[in-house]
Amino acid sequence: MIPELGAGALAVALALAVYGSAAAAVGGRTGRASLVESAQHAALGVFTLVTGCLLLLAYAFLSFDFSVRYVATNTNLGTPFYYRLTAVWGALEGSIVLWAWMLCLYTLIVILRHRTNARELYPWVLSVMLGVLAFFLLVMTVAAPVFQRLSPVPAEGRGLNPLLEDSGMITHPVALYLGFTGFTVPFAFAIAALVTGRVGDAWVTSTRRWTITAWYFLSLGLLIGGWWSYHVLGWGGYWAWDPVENAAFMPWLTGTAFLHSVMIQERRRMLRLWNLALVIMTFSLTLFGTFLTRSGVIASVHAFTQGAIGVFFLSFLALVLLLALALLAWRWDTLGAQGELDSVVSRESAFLLNNVLLVAAAFTVFFGTVFPLLSEAVRGVKVSVGMPFFNQVNVPLFLGLIFLMGVGPLIAWRRASLESLKRNFLWPVTLGIAAAAVFRLLGVRSTIAVLTLALVVFVTATITVDLVRATRARLRTGERFPGALGGLLLRHNRRYGGFAVHLGILVVALGVTGSQAWSVQTETTLRRGEHTDLAGYRVRFDGLAASEESNHFKVTGTFTIDHGRAAGSVLHPAKKFYPQEQSPIAYVDYRLGLREDVYLVLGDFARDGSQATIRLQVNRLVSWIWIGGLILTLGTVLALVPERRRTV
Amino acid sequence: MKPKFLVGGLVIAAALAYMIYAGVTQSAVYFVTPSELGPKPVAGKAYRLGGMVERGSLRWEPRTLSLTFALSDGRAAVPVHHKGAPPDLFGEGRGAVVEGSWSPEGYFRATHIMAKHSEEYKAPHDTSQAGVKELMRTLSGTDR
Repeated sequence: MIPELGAGALAVALALAVYGSAAAAVGGRTGRASLVESAQHAALGVFTLVTGCLLLLAYAFLSFDFSVRYVATNTNLGTPFYYRLTAVWGALEGSIVLWAWMLCLYTLIVILRHRTNARELYPWVLSVMLGVLAFFLLVMTVAAPVFQRLSPVPAEGRGLNPLLEDSGMITHPVALYLGFTGFTVPFAFAIAALVTGRVGDAWVTSTRRWTITAWYFLSLGLLIGGWWSYHVLGWGGYWAWDPVENAAFMPWLTGTAFLHSVMIQERRRMLRLWNLALVIMTFSLTLFGTFLTRSGVIASVHAFTQGAIGVFFLSFLALVLLLALALLAWRWDTLGAQGELDSVVSRESAFLLNNVLLVAAAFTVFFGTVFPLLSEAVRGVKVSVGMPFFNQVNVPLFLGLIFLMGVGPLIAWRRASLESLKRNFLWPVTLGIAAAAVFRLLGVRSTIAVLTLALVVFVTATITVDLVRATRARLRTGERFPGALGGLLLRHNRRYGGFAVHLGILVVALGVTGSQAWSVQTETTLRRGEHTDLAGYRVRFDGLAASEESNHFKVTGTFTIDHGRAAGSVLHPAKKFYPQEQSPIAYVDYRLGLREDVYLVLGDFARDGSQATIRLQVNRLVSWIWIGGLILTLGTVLALVPERRRTV
Repeated sequence: MKPKFLVGGLVIAAALAYMIYAGVTQSAVYFVTPSELGPKPVAGKAYRLGGMVERGSLRWEPRTLSLTFALSDGRAAVPVHHKGAPPDLFGEGRGAVVEGSWSPEGYFRATHIMAKHSEEYKAPHDTSQAGVKELMRTLSGTDR
């Protein structure tokens, strides 16, 4: 009964979304408020129905309803409670339900927030949101029906992909999809601006918070993905330039560019066309990413493999791009800039360069990801470019971006005088150069590492210079210290929120640099009682034990660090044997630290437990990547605090 | 737009094009099957070789971390050497992709092994289950 209810609800939701999208558009065109209102009701109906579907699916999972194909393939009687819930979005069909539900949620919030304050744009925004929603509902009903029946009903399901039995799987897809779907809102506003011809700055101002929110969730999704990769996959890294990762990274890059370039538009009324293009690009890249990962065109370690759905996404992507380009061409005359770039040494050009570098990075990632397809089409040979390509091309771009992170927020608008440059940058530049020399003397050999560290010091110094100067100015007006600083942060929360986000990124950069430059590893086979040494850690193999868990068997090793740093701690890396899998899954154990992580993977072992092959890694500074994520979160929250009116 | 910005843009575009070109030529990895690798592979060139691990060819010596096997596509088989434990999901009769280069000594030296993996799951296999049960018995027998 439940599957039919769910499938029926989805079909009705699809019809409602199509109707709502059309009604809102006609309402926007003719100015008939009753139609727009009707579209709102339709959106509310879609939200209710999709929520119902999500709950039905969750119920099917919790009650082990193996008559539903999707439930039977992604769960079994042994799957623990939490993972039965996360299994709802553990595979293709369910992940699209979650995606659609989030889109509904965003649509609802858009209705609540903008119903009255964006009168002209609003009907079209609603129309676009419901149109995109209709597409996802179409995919859910035709290409990837989640409520498909399975007959005969099996007594036991296959079980969830063991790699997904992890707490990261609760948060990672949720954050990532909130990011992906979030970019639909600025996109909808951009299209609405083009349709109505109100390509001025109103749509930019209305979407600022939306863009920050979407950008933040996407960042969070990427970071949690890195954490999952690090502590579950057991290869010892957090980022592999895998197509799936790239798919999420590309919109992040263009989204970041958009976040910065809108400031130029707000301030100088330039870059109208560019901003529209960026937001259209970002939204298209979220679709392209889904196409890439769900269609199986590019082999990836953890891509879903489904054929039919790719055609849907590619067609929709083509439709979106065609429509957007047609609209841009139609409004071409109104998209000219009102402001002009005055000087190369100005905040405008720093931001412009930041945009160029970010888009260049996005292009590089795109090029590297689709390279196998390109080379096969052009030359007939399958050639791929691996991690070295991405690192080689992107590292200079990212270093440039970090440099601009220091320059952009402080340099003067229009034209920076030599005097102001000296005032703003003398100290930071001096400190940066000094830091480079110090790190060199301390024995840091890698040029990239020295450069990154110096740039991090430089940018931190610029932020400090700004903060100290502004606090002093407030102190002069008679405020006391903590209040002055606090008031400053709150009064100029956008600026200082941005600075905090920059600090977060710097800390992430520090972690990435440290782990790339100084991590060490060794692989070895130990007999019971033997030990191995790495970077001051002595690890002894004490034995293996077998156990039976609710849905798998587990062979756990006991390893003691009996000498040097972290002496006395015991690590338990394991191998898990899932009946639905043909071979075991490694379960990593680690001790995280600010300076370094000890990371131990159990490889092969003798059946009598007398001998085990292990990979031991000492990964440096990796924890700072996650700490950077926390700082980034605080910065985003600060940037989103409602702005206060200046009280003079 | 002033010419200065145009020139700057061109310089950046040229630099990027060069970086991408250099990056591609330096890190291109060729996808081949054992028969495509041919009788005389170029030594030192980076390949990604995909095929099946031939039954009876897998040798793993834990003490020396030496892993050798033959990768086959049904028409040709290539001997592969690797230093390190076999990864999860790796085994005889299964698909694998190895990355590395041809060594002048006449074998493929793999720097990285990727076992084929997908979200699609096989139904539980009785045989592998039995293997695990036996393993459980031996381990609990000796270690408790």
